[in-house]
Amino acid sequence: MSSPPESDSQSTRFASGKVRPVDEPTPPKVDVVSADGQTHVNLSGDWQLHCVAEIDSVMRDIGKSVDGAHVTVDFTNVGHLDTSGALIVERLRDNLELRGCDVAYHAAGKGRTTLLEAVGNALRVKYDDEEPEEAPGLAERIFAPIGRLTISFWNDFVAAMYILGSAVRGTQLKLDHSSGISVAAIVSQMDHMGVRAVPIIALMSFLIGGIIAQQGAFQLRYFGAEIFVVDLVGILQLREIGVLLTAIMIAGRSGSAITAEIGSMKMREEVDALKVMGLNPVGVLVFPRLVALTVMLPVLTIVANFSALFGACLTTWIYSGITPDTFLTRLREAIDMSTIVSGMIKAPFMALIIGIVSSVEGLKVGGSAESLGRHVTSAVVKAIFVVILVDGLFAIFYGAIDF
Amino acid sequence: MPNGAGRECILKARDISVAFGSHQVLDRLNLDIWRGEILGFVGASGAGKSVLLRTILQLSSRQGGTIEILGVDYDKATPHQRIALDMRLGVLFQHGALFSALTVLENIQVPMREYLDLPQNLMDELALLKIELVGLRPETADLYPSELSGGMIKRAGLARALALDPDLVFLDEPTSGLDPISAAEFDELIAKLRDTLGLTVYMVTHDLDSLFSVCDRIAVLGNKKIVVQGTIEDMLASDEPWVQSYFHGKRARSLVRAK
Repeated sequence: MSSPPESDSQSTRFASGKVRPVDEPTPPKVDVVSADGQTHVNLSGDWQLHCVAEIDSVMRDIGKSVDGAHVTVDFTNVGHLDTSGALIVERLRDNLELRGCDVAYHAAGKGRTTLLEAVGNALRVKYDDEEPEEAPGLAERIFAPIGRLTISFWNDFVAAMYILGSAVRGTQLKLDHSSGISVAAIVSQMDHMGVRAVPIIALMSFLIGGIIAQQGAFQLRYFGAEIFVVDLVGILQLREIGVLLTAIMIAGRSGSAITAEIGSMKMREEVDALKVMGLNPVGVLVFPRLVALTVMLPVLTIVANFSALFGACLTTWIYSGITPDTFLTRLREAIDMSTIVSGMIKAPFMALIIGIVSSVEGLKVGGSAESLGRHVTSAVVKAIFVVILVDGLFAIFYGAIDF
Repeated sequence: MPNGAGRECILKARDISVAFGSHQVLDRLNLDIWRGEILGFVGASGAGKSVLLRTILQLSSRQGGTIEILGVDYDKATPHQRIALDMRLGVLFQHGALFSALTVLENIQVPMREYLDLPQNLMDELALLKIELVGLRPETADLYPSELSGGMIKRAGLARALALDPDLVFLDEPTSGLDPISAAEFDELIAKLRDTLGLTVYMVTHDLDSLFSVCDRIAVLGNKKIVVQGTIEDMLASDEPWVQSYFHGKRARSLVRAK
């Protein structure tokens, strides 16, 4: 409990309707007087958190400079003293005692002595300083991150294979030997990831188709080969752009959702709850999402392709005067079944990549909100990167087999 | 000192009424807290303990009544006074409510950083001091909340509540989820901090041990009001049915005998 004069001064302050911090505390002051071997450190003012910032360095200096066998710290004129003030005074005492001085407190009062003792005891708890680690050498600084990255790649790969394997193995084995596939969950995921993505995918592809057609038409005009813009848009869209941009959009839209959903369940131990119930979290959480994505991404790619070709048709009509009739005739000549198939085949692979990468990241989420954010980001980045990488591999493969 | 005569009233709640829609939770409730006491607050689950706490902290709105904390009526206070008032209150939430992206040390420094302009090394020293005062190892300072045990989270939360040396500390079920030994240690810690720092403590609790060991005064919430308030002896003597069954139940009996 605080000492009587202090509580008196406080209640008068309350009477004036003001609160302490607003009430402009007297800034703390310190005054050092030395006389015949005795040093007096006179403290005054309010030693509280709001106003100790300046006095802090002054007191540090006093701790380093004052000499004399006996030092008396005088509290007579101190108003309010809180833990921060006590910390500064006790630190001064420690510093002085370290330099061989004998420190005594004067007029500290009972309440303050208790506080000073408690703060002093807490301050003096010694703990083992960790051995300072040796600075790593140049080779270690170069190769350690590479090694760490390689191992994390490998771990990611193993985790992805585990999830893929668990998904292929199926969901729950029920006692009555039914498949345990939850149709409702899959359909609901298809709605979330597929049906609701149709407008944005259609709009994006319409614009992309239009942009490619417009650029192509401008460039081909120099060669008097404007009609070939139909070949350009048709092949580019059906083989590459359609599936790639759809996959990127879905990675951003649904991949992040998968990671966030699974990650927040992991955070709140819901995933562990599934495990102890004997349910496989991959089967319950990942499988429906993976199936829904694998079904919906090809469908969305078809939507994207139609929409892009429509956009291209409209643009060429406006910019180059190629009528829709001509466009369609030229398109039939330019593309064949292999163009369409080579694009569409990629879609389920992209879907699996997005689903697995997002699930792996979701299951890696730790206990904090920050970790959730980090893994959502990394899921989207990794999914988009791997999607583009795999698209490149497909292009090389098709080139090799002349597809 | 159960009646608090001659002592400073640090929190004065008058005629507090709270309703959600047509459901009246608190009806013209009155409550006083005196400087330097530890007030234990009990009530059946769903009686409105948390609602009252949130109302006092201005986290949820009320239909009527006035709340005066440290002599300041929050509703009539200027923004400046409100900030000043907030700085003098510390709250330990039931689940700690530590910021998960910050270490324990940074968590404790959040209020200092927001309100005050202190040099970094002084803030570090102060935060370490608070960590030490609540009985945590200094190594804990660099851990994240997800790496702490339940008891450590409570202590770290208390350290953050004490960051600005508040006058009044609100503890929401501080010993729930702790083992009896940790809970007893936590009770001792609160009593010790009250004595050294001159705190006033408002403690919502269901822990009979806490009520018997550290609380100076107990208030029982029931039937939308404070039914009984007083020392533990007053509780044991009360003939209110809920209070009777609470303080004379199987679990309380052994404590009464021990006392």
